[in-house]
Amino acid sequence: MHLTPRATQRIVFGALTAAMVLVIIPLIFVIGYIVVQGAGAISWEFLSGMPRNGMREGGILPAIVGTLFLTLGTAIFSVPIGIGGGIYLAEYAADTPLTRAIRLSIINLAGVPSVVYGLFGLGLFVLFLQFGTSILAGSLTLGILTLPVIISTSEEAIRSVPQSFRVVNAAVGGTKWQGIRRIVLPQALPGIITGVILGLERAAGETAPILFTVAAFFLPRLPHSIFDQTMALPYHLFVISTQVPSMPVQIQYGTALVLIVFVLSMNLTATLIRRHYRRRRQW
Amino acid sequence: MTTASASKEPSRAVVNWREFAVEQIVRLLGLSAIALVALIFAFLLKEGAATLQEVPLSNLAGTRWYPTFGYFGLVPLVMGSLLVTVGAVLISVPLGVGVAIYLGEIAPEPLRDVLKPTIEVIAGIPSVVLGFIGVLAFSPLIRQYLGAPTGLTAITGSVLLAYMALPTIISIAEDAMDAVPKSYRDAAYALGATEWQTIWRVVLPSARSGILIAIMLGVGRAIGETMTVMMVTGNAARIPTSLDAFLRPARTMTATIAAEMGEVAQGSTHYHVLFMVGITLFVLTFLINAFAAVALFRSERRGGGRLLS
Repeated sequence: MHLTPRATQRIVFGALTAAMVLVIIPLIFVIGYIVVQGAGAISWEFLSGMPRNGMREGGILPAIVGTLFLTLGTAIFSVPIGIGGGIYLAEYAADTPLTRAIRLSIINLAGVPSVVYGLFGLGLFVLFLQFGTSILAGSLTLGILTLPVIISTSEEAIRSVPQSFRVVNAAVGGTKWQGIRRIVLPQALPGIITGVILGLERAAGETAPILFTVAAFFLPRLPHSIFDQTMALPYHLFVISTQVPSMPVQIQYGTALVLIVFVLSMNLTATLIRRHYRRRRQW
Repeated sequence: MTTASASKEPSRAVVNWREFAVEQIVRLLGLSAIALVALIFAFLLKEGAATLQEVPLSNLAGTRWYPTFGYFGLVPLVMGSLLVTVGAVLISVPLGVGVAIYLGEIAPEPLRDVLKPTIEVIAGIPSVVLGFIGVLAFSPLIRQYLGAPTGLTAITGSVLLAYMALPTIISIAEDAMDAVPKSYRDAAYALGATEWQTIWRVVLPSARSGILIAIMLGVGRAIGETMTVMMVTGNAARIPTSLDAFLRPARTMTATIAAEMGEVAQGSTHYHVLFMVGITLFVLTFLINAFAAVALFRSERRGGGRLLS
């Protein structure tokens, strides 16, 4: 049978549309399933209580607080360095072999397996610098993991500010840094914030890098200092879904629900910021 | 500039010094990326190098991974990683490129504006959540419909990994096709080609280097994934010999590190070997990503536009 080009196109486009549907359906299923199964577990006690009876009862407060602390710690470390690196690449770096080496390093940092970051954090922060298994060691490890995302998104946001803005700054006698600080960075800010949120979103959901650097299996209290261990939502979900026998399924789904709400609300915020400013942008 | 306003402004020397200082600081921050890659490698070596003194190469190159009995053969772990990754790539590349074509060439604008952020949500799902759903909801399907003795198999991991790699592959492939000049398409249409003929014979071949980069980065993603794989592949260290291996449990390098590092004594041989596995992973992903990066730089210099963002 020989098909006309038109008929072929109709078949292929149908298949491609099907591919699109095939990609979206599991996402809806995963989120919907967790919401439906986990909603029943959510209560004030679950969100604000300590785990009891070998985590089979009670709440998940220490894991929620731990993830908040780790996300904040990651931000403190990776945001200034990441934005600075982005500024350098967008505004100062000439196209030299050294610059290319920096870009190569960033692509490679983005590709280092998360569990290898965990090994590195164990070797450098936990053992060599003797921070021990601690929030500090975990935050630094997650910070390095987040760095490439923040550098490359900030660079892109800064680059997308039109050249004419810089030209005008120079024309009125502004120096390069004055132009960056007062004109370019404010214009690039929504893009930078979006990148920062997406980077932190990844850090908040990671498990492998915190396995050996901070995560506590069961620690039913809030951390006292940055040198303390802590529970964290992703690791807690791993523990209760694979390591604890006869764990009530509802608590597992409830924990998964809290984790995806935490992570996806960051994702949604980033999307909304981007959409809002893209619409308002004059250039 | 009048003298009155000049007195409020910092002097020229201060301004110049500030400019210089800022440039040096941000340069240092930029250079930190290189330093970090070196630092990661250095600390993996520091903890893992002792392996070579403690374990004979013939043992490391062996086919048995039984650490408690002193067998540290890395072959089954490497093969396990490759098996799961190959499966993931075979699923995610056609699907990802297909979706990229749909988004870039077929989808109407408003739908596209909804679909693109939705696909980014996939990248936001934590791997442990996907593993969790994989164990509870997906693996029973594998057991039921593919006739595997257990649901925790290499193919279970491949499918979930493919799903995680999709956002990367889709966005880079789409950018690559977007970068193909409009004049190429117009020329094809002028010759009477249909849209699909144009996509298949003109756009895709022109975008092939970008699509190759998408595949490489997708492979890098898949080979380094840890939690999902550890939870759903069953973790049996064996060497795949036939296609049946997809329906059997497999043990990857990443899962081995994650599962065993918590239980070994620091400074033991087993501990050193796990770092050696980490070095192997690091070098492997480094090579894959470096290859992709070089291809990326080359396509940029040809004016292919920015692909990574």
